Amino acid sequence: MSEDNSGVTAETVKKIARLSRLHVEPDRLEFLADEMNGLLAWIEQLGEVDVTGVEPMTSAVEMAAPMRKDEITDGGVRDKVLANAPKTEAGYFVVPRSVE
Amino acid sequence: MSDLTKLSLEAALAGLKAREFSSVEITKAHIDACMDAADLNAFVTTDFTNAMKSAESSDAKLAKGEGGALEGAPLGIKDLFCTEGVKTTAGSKILGDFTPQYESTVTANMKADGMVMLGKLNLDEFAMGSSNETSYYGSVINPWRKDEDLVPGGSSGGSASAVAANICLGATATDTGGSIRQPASFTGTTGIKPTYGRCSRWGVVAFASSLDQAGPITRTVKDSAIMLQSMAGYDAKDSTSINKELPDFAAACDKGVKGMKIGIPKEYTMDGMPKEIEDLWQQGIKWLEECGAEIVHVSLPHTKYALPAYYIVAPAEASSNLARYDGMRYGERVEGDNLYDTYERTRAEGFGKEVRRRIMMGTYVLSAGYYDAYYLQAQKVRTKIADDFKRAWEKCDALLTPTCPSAAFAVGREVNDPVTMYLNDIFTVTANLAGLPAMSVPAALDNNGLPLGLQIIGRALDEETVFAASSALEKCAEFTAKPEKWWV
Amino acid sequence: MFTAKRVADKKDWLSGRDHDWEIILGLEIHAQVASNSKLFSGAATEFGAEPNTQVSLVDAAMPGMLPVVNAFCIEQAVRTGLGLNAQINLYSRFDRKNYFYPDLPQGYQISQFEFPIVGEGEIEITPESKNGDGEPCIVGIERLHLEQDAGKSIHDLSPDETYVDLNRSGVCLMEIVSKPDMRTPEEASAYVEKIRGIVRALGTCDGDMEKGNLRADVNVSVRKPGGELGTRCEIKNVNSMRFIRQAINYEARRQIDILEAGGEIHQETRLFDNKKGETRSMRSKEDAHDYRYFPDPDLLPIKITDKYIDDIRADMPELPDARAARFVEQYGIPAYDAAILTDDKAKGDFYERLVSTGAKSRDAKIAANWMMGDLFGALNKASIDLDDSPVNSDGLGGLLDLIGDKTISGKIAKDVFEKMFEGGAKTKESAGEIVERDGLKQVTDTGAIEKMVQDVIDANADQAAKVADNPRLIGFFVGQVMKASGGKANPQAVNEILRKKLGL
Repeated sequence: MSEDNSGVTAETVKKIARLSRLHVEPDRLEFLADEMNGLLAWIEQLGEVDVTGVEPMTSAVEMAAPMRKDEITDGGVRDKVLANAPKTEAGYFVVPRSVE
Repeated sequence: MSDLTKLSLEAALAGLKAREFSSVEITKAHIDACMDAADLNAFVTTDFTNAMKSAESSDAKLAKGEGGALEGAPLGIKDLFCTEGVKTTAGSKILGDFTPQYESTVTANMKADGMVMLGKLNLDEFAMGSSNETSYYGSVINPWRKDEDLVPGGSSGGSASAVAANICLGATATDTGGSIRQPASFTGTTGIKPTYGRCSRWGVVAFASSLDQAGPITRTVKDSAIMLQSMAGYDAKDSTSINKELPDFAAACDKGVKGMKIGIPKEYTMDGMPKEIEDLWQQGIKWLEECGAEIVHVSLPHTKYALPAYYIVAPAEASSNLARYDGMRYGERVEGDNLYDTYERTRAEGFGKEVRRRIMMGTYVLSAGYYDAYYLQAQKVRTKIADDFKRAWEKCDALLTPTCPSAAFAVGREVNDPVTMYLNDIFTVTANLAGLPAMSVPAALDNNGLPLGLQIIGRALDEETVFAASSALEKCAEFTAKPEKWWV
Repeated sequence: MFTAKRVADKKDWLSGRDHDWEIILGLEIHAQVASNSKLFSGAATEFGAEPNTQVSLVDAAMPGMLPVVNAFCIEQAVRTGLGLNAQINLYSRFDRKNYFYPDLPQGYQISQFEFPIVGEGEIEITPESKNGDGEPCIVGIERLHLEQDAGKSIHDLSPDETYVDLNRSGVCLMEIVSKPDMRTPEEASAYVEKIRGIVRALGTCDGDMEKGNLRADVNVSVRKPGGELGTRCEIKNVNSMRFIRQAINYEARRQIDILEAGGEIHQETRLFDNKKGETRSMRSKEDAHDYRYFPDPDLLPIKITDKYIDDIRADMPELPDARAARFVEQYGIPAYDAAILTDDKAKGDFYERLVSTGAKSRDAKIAANWMMGDLFGALNKASIDLDDSPVNSDGLGGLLDLIGDKTISGKIAKDVFEKMFEGGAKTKESAGEIVERDGLKQVTDTGAIEKMVQDVIDANADQAAKVADNPRLIGFFVGQVMKASGGKANPQAVNEILRKKLGL
């Protein structure tokens, strides 16, 4: 089903882990690649299903989005917003520096 | 006074209303039972002090002849529902001591109806699992045992275990692929996943948004009806909430199945499935027939694709839903060398193995070059599965199937083989993919003396038929077995 | 239509070592919808609030929080789409764009990827050119979609940490994507000006570039004129018309230099540094973007009806193009002037107040000239917005009335205008008051003018003798008389009397 049949490699795992922001020790890459390939092999059977002309189902409810009025009904709850933060200062969230 | 922890929710509510006993009394009885049952590890967080306060205020209301539909009843809440001022963990390390400043709509509804919350029940981490072994707070143990510790199923293992062990009168749960029905089946309890959109998802930690639905786990079908009545209802804060009046679920339980057409889908069987489950299914067919239902045989040809489709859709949504757990605004931050490193370490150390596995799978199936082959294909297969059901509804009003292909298994047995573990949900996951209501009813004990459940699946928004058929099954099955109380 | 395949005018080519180069430009404009509350939450959007005070639990992406669409934002997108003469899609959808950044709380941005609410459209722009009138050209619109803004990261409050304010998180943006149809920096800035004019006329966005409520990303590439398209670079957040032109000029030249040195252009995002007038790479080590777009399962599709669109269309205010056409028709001013006076709602409104209020109706052409010449010149020089002009339409109108009834000459009027502009809002002196105070009233008394004329003729007898042969010398005499009158003599009367006396 996937375009290349070589499957998931250690390199793929590395890339996916990066995208997922999950630290993976280099010596785990091969194992994880094998594991993913095992799951994908099982999932591959989906390719058997003829889906010509079938619309993808994105929600189990068949309706259009409900909408709300443009009114200010929320906000002004800084204490609640910051209550669980690992670090705050002067009303800001404080995080590791995001530019060099 | 008889043992107040052995009552059904229905009977307890009646007793409270009639002032046969007070909420303080029944709450105290349950708190004692909870403390005795610490070995089950059903709770992540208990909140007994506040429970007693709630009980007192319920008693004040009851004394005046006031009070809501759950007034004074001690219940447990799956630790996936955010509860204001009470630590909410989703069974994960990554949330740390996260204490919500808000109350989920479902628990707010229940509190408004007078529930006494005993605490937050253990679960598989982020509701990902079928054995409750992925929780950062340890495995939950099934009150039912056979020589060794058994899993209670998952992900709502704490809820199922607590209800089976008589330490909560009932409990909330959630079901993304079978997380209410499979543990109910494993513990001899009853649980319903209502139609997608019945219960608001607002304030419930998201696993897979298009599949997640809250519901109750209880001791009887009627109890589920009573709890669902309180939990469900339209919520403008959830865009996928259904804006339709709720039927009277409890009344539906007494409707009977005379003239009802029950479909038997031939695909709901599996290689290696124990014969006793097959036999129980046949028994269930007989029971419903005896109650006046008409049995029709139907086909849901895409059933075997449901689980693989689920294992694309659910991880894909989860990989995105769990991106917010990054240690920046709440939860545990693991400081790294720089921002990137902090992200990676926070998430690698904060999430457990199964959650990481699913995030990786989800990221992979959505990534450039694979989206069409995996995600889009799965969503199209999902349409085919929903269409299968639509065709079945032309012939029948509800479906009868086994809930699970096995009884509860030993702790540690399946944990290392993901696919084997995933097969637990083979009969339950279809209802999630199609958004249909489905209920598990305990029907018999297997040769090892472990409970087995049967499942009723209904049309979207037709929980009434599900309750009616489930009630009929419940009456015929006369399932009264309880686990031996080994944990005290 | 001039789109896509259009080759820039030869005069707009950039010279190169071996051959000329042509610039290809496409723009992405982010326009903040002028809504009270955010796209998916009820928190306020007001600019300049204390950090994290306009943040709901949804905007902070607390566990279990869910988005609900703001109906007003959908309406504004449709309205803007109609203003861009674009296809409005009855079915559209919100997708998640997944990436990690501390000011993106959800770990994804809710945007529209596969099914935007507005599809293809086109607008006509009239770029300014060096010799005055510009040639109009058509710019294609690729799409308009809605998305959430991110929060703000502040790096200068601590040397080793970043401070995050989520007030902007979740604010509704319209991203308007053009086709790569522009060929000069002037076209690009005229395009932004035009879009700004449209959204302001529609009221869908306030167009305030200083507050970042309207910002542009510019895609720049260069090619051999009419040749294959080159690799493009995206220049982020260029937040004024002048910077847009500056950034494009710099970037085009940078790319040409690289190509001529035998290098190649890498597709990348670059940041414009307005202090240095340069663009620089934003590339970071973790640049491997893969946004993994998929439909947001927390939201359902947006479905609208033809009636919904028709109702909005029926309620549309007059747009710049239509207004310009009406100005030409109604006021008899040239199309070029009409285009300038209508490219922004405030200008058109000012002009219409100027010509149609007051006791007598004012000369529309003179009014246009005054606005575009003196008023805009003065505002430009002082870097003041028209909305904050020290001379309002009543003030300028009063001045025009004095010219109209010949109380002052056009030349004196310019001095009066300067005084009004400088005194500005503080003194609020009217033209009439200044004329009165400084004694600038035009001399219309024929006797007095005749005397001055005679004096000038007498003083310049030589020149007077030559007038018969060289009638153009009359200009000299007009000048002398005006000078003698301190500019106050009525030029028409001076002219008439001079001609009579000189026998012309």
